[in-house]
Amino acid sequence: MKTELLDQLLRDRAAKRQVVVATDMASGDGQLLYPGETPPGDELTDAARRVMLADKSGIVELADGSKVFLHVHNPPLRMLIVGAVHIAQPLSQMAVLAGYDVAIVDPRREFASPDRFPGVTIIDAWPDDGVDQFVPDRRTAIVTLTHDPKLDDPALIKVLRSDVFYIGCLGSNRTHGKRLERLASEGFGETEFNRIHGPVGLDIGAKSPAEIAVSIMGEITEALRRPRIIESKAAE
Amino acid sequence: MTTEIVEHDRVLEKAAEWKAAGKGVALATVVATWGSSPRPVGSQLVVEQGGDFVGSVSGGCIEGAVVTEARQTIADGLTRLIDYGISDETAWQVGLACGGKCEVFIEPVE
Repeated sequence: MKTELLDQLLRDRAAKRQVVVATDMASGDGQLLYPGETPPGDELTDAARRVMLADKSGIVELADGSKVFLHVHNPPLRMLIVGAVHIAQPLSQMAVLAGYDVAIVDPRREFASPDRFPGVTIIDAWPDDGVDQFVPDRRTAIVTLTHDPKLDDPALIKVLRSDVFYIGCLGSNRTHGKRLERLASEGFGETEFNRIHGPVGLDIGAKSPAEIAVSIMGEITEALRRPRIIESKAAE
Repeated sequence: MTTEIVEHDRVLEKAAEWKAAGKGVALATVVATWGSSPRPVGSQLVVEQGGDFVGSVSGGCIEGAVVTEARQTIADGLTRLIDYGISDETAWQVGLACGGKCEVFIEPVE
């Protein structure tokens, strides 16, 4: 590995940029690939995209017979939950099991007590300040659960201007419709609306808080592992 | 998972740090595993010319051998791809129910 490549890799990791190191097994030549920022069409980058999405490094054999080791450097997965409500309890625990660093933002102290949320970072702040403190990135999922516009909306307005991979909002179709009307008055349009999963979660008939958390985790997993399917759904 | 990333950070930082200090440095990476292997693909170990190392490519059973090979790489500048079979006995000692196998790629940092 060349020193220049190593230095750039360290900078990318510090910046939480998704990067794949491709090393030719015969020559030892290495290069950095950014499949998340590169359009499909190149054999090596497409292979790197697959291992990046699966979060699974490994050796691939290219059409010309050469073998390349693809080493995925993905920043940690993170989840920000807005609202320390009942659903947040099973959701935060499931997210931790799935490998996410979880934070919950809620200015209402009686809700956001550490006793209710073991192992989870509590951000005691107004949601828009909470989003700023959390610093969302492209490996972040955000879920708003309060269905109270004065708590959910400020957070949403912030994250819609970031590159998080998933935004989900609890609330019925009617609540969601009103939410979109309010966001439209803030200057957002179809592109931003298509990023929001609302009503939140996969349609699996979930009733209890834990079941709803399962449906949300399922939807987040799909957004993480099959981003193109999510995009095409949104385009329908 | 987070631990994994913290450890990776440390290994690559160390490689850069040693290199900046003018030392000969080699990087060893697990590129494939079969059966029960103690460390996943992508695990790394960095070695400097004096034999100091940071990181791991197994549960401790092959590190000694990898460091020896890595020092060869520092000396001759050549990459190496080495298969390590982990014997049942050794595997048992690191807490595995059965033997595993892994392939380690060693390259100079230059």
